Amino acid sequence: MSLIPDPVGRFFHRMASPPYFYAFTEKLMPWLTGIFLILLAGGLYGGLYLAPTDYQQGDSYRIIYIHVPSAWMSLFIYMVMAAAGAIGLVWRIKLAEIVAISSASVGASFTFIALVTGSLWGKPMWGTWWVWDARLTSELILLFLYLGVIGLYNAIDDKRTASKAVAILALVGVVNIPIIHYSVEWWNTLHQGPTVTKMDKPSIHVSMLVPLLLMAAAFKFYYVIAMLQRARLELLQRERTANWVKKMVTEQSQ
Amino acid sequence: MKPIRRQRLILIILMVLGIGTAVGFALKSFNENLMYFFSTTDVLAGKAPKDTLFRLGGMVVKGSVDRPGDGLTVHFTLTDFSKEVAVEYTGILPDLFREGQGIVANGKLDGRGVFVAEEVLAKHDENYMPPEVKASLKKQVEGKQAD
Repeated sequence: MSLIPDPVGRFFHRMASPPYFYAFTEKLMPWLTGIFLILLAGGLYGGLYLAPTDYQQGDSYRIIYIHVPSAWMSLFIYMVMAAAGAIGLVWRIKLAEIVAISSASVGASFTFIALVTGSLWGKPMWGTWWVWDARLTSELILLFLYLGVIGLYNAIDDKRTASKAVAILALVGVVNIPIIHYSVEWWNTLHQGPTVTKMDKPSIHVSMLVPLLLMAAAFKFYYVIAMLQRARLELLQRERTANWVKKMVTEQSQ
Repeated sequence: MKPIRRQRLILIILMVLGIGTAVGFALKSFNENLMYFFSTTDVLAGKAPKDTLFRLGGMVVKGSVDRPGDGLTVHFTLTDFSKEVAVEYTGILPDLFREGQGIVANGKLDGRGVFVAEEVLAKHDENYMPPEVKASLKKQVEGKQAD
């Protein structure tokens, strides 16, 4: 434990306690929502109004402000889900299991949005809705992985067993994440190479990059909000017989 | 860390590494099939399949686009900056098609070594900038060439 500073360790220890987590996330929610709305407003205003048109794609490129942050989130959420799943497997922390399964549907939604916006972008620019190149195919597999996780979780009645099964499936699928990221470099694809997430300087003008990063930050906050809402509900369902839930319900109904 | 937890953690790490290695080998052996298109050099080296459709990718050579007659037929040359292949296409080109643009064409080689395309897709690059910046960049490059 010497690697982790004491206050941080204590914070995570407390967050693993269901009543504390429930109360703390309730207090956190208005702040998260406020920050999300500010970032979203800034990102949309910057991206759709302030950013200049592209020299090649004109105004059509503006779908980048939804497509790219969604695609980033689809990879990021998968990593969070797999990491939380692994923590659940090793330390048997109930809240890690809940975070893992609550992330799945949010991640699946972002993957779906990335695929749909990419398709809408592909038709006018490439001249086709869909091609089976390495990037598009591996992202589609990611959607199936998410759907598999959700399906497997709902197929097993005992939620602790279900969480273990889901965590193993999620960890098996982790291999797809570097494949998606590097697909455009390892193989030749119709999809473009990386613009921002590369070692070199981003190949996007700074006036277009800033709104993109704002949108990416806004999407991160949206994920935390959506995931926590699902996690709180899942927690109440799992702990419905626990004393702290009974106490909370009777106190609120009075 | 308790021994049982350490054991579980090591098992998980081994599982992820094992799957990674297996998938890595699989992808390596299917490397050729995962390529979306052949480059012009590949085609001239005879790596592309004969008598079946395949995809050819490259940059449209500047000044090579030619429209004989008033139909939809267009002739142009694709390059990967080392070898060039002539392409013939009849149909509507995507908006992004222009000289100097990367494109991917689906079709086959005829007897003359001309690639007869049935479909042409535009491949845009990873650069995004306002038109003014592009214009000034172009000026700089031209200035350097003039020196």
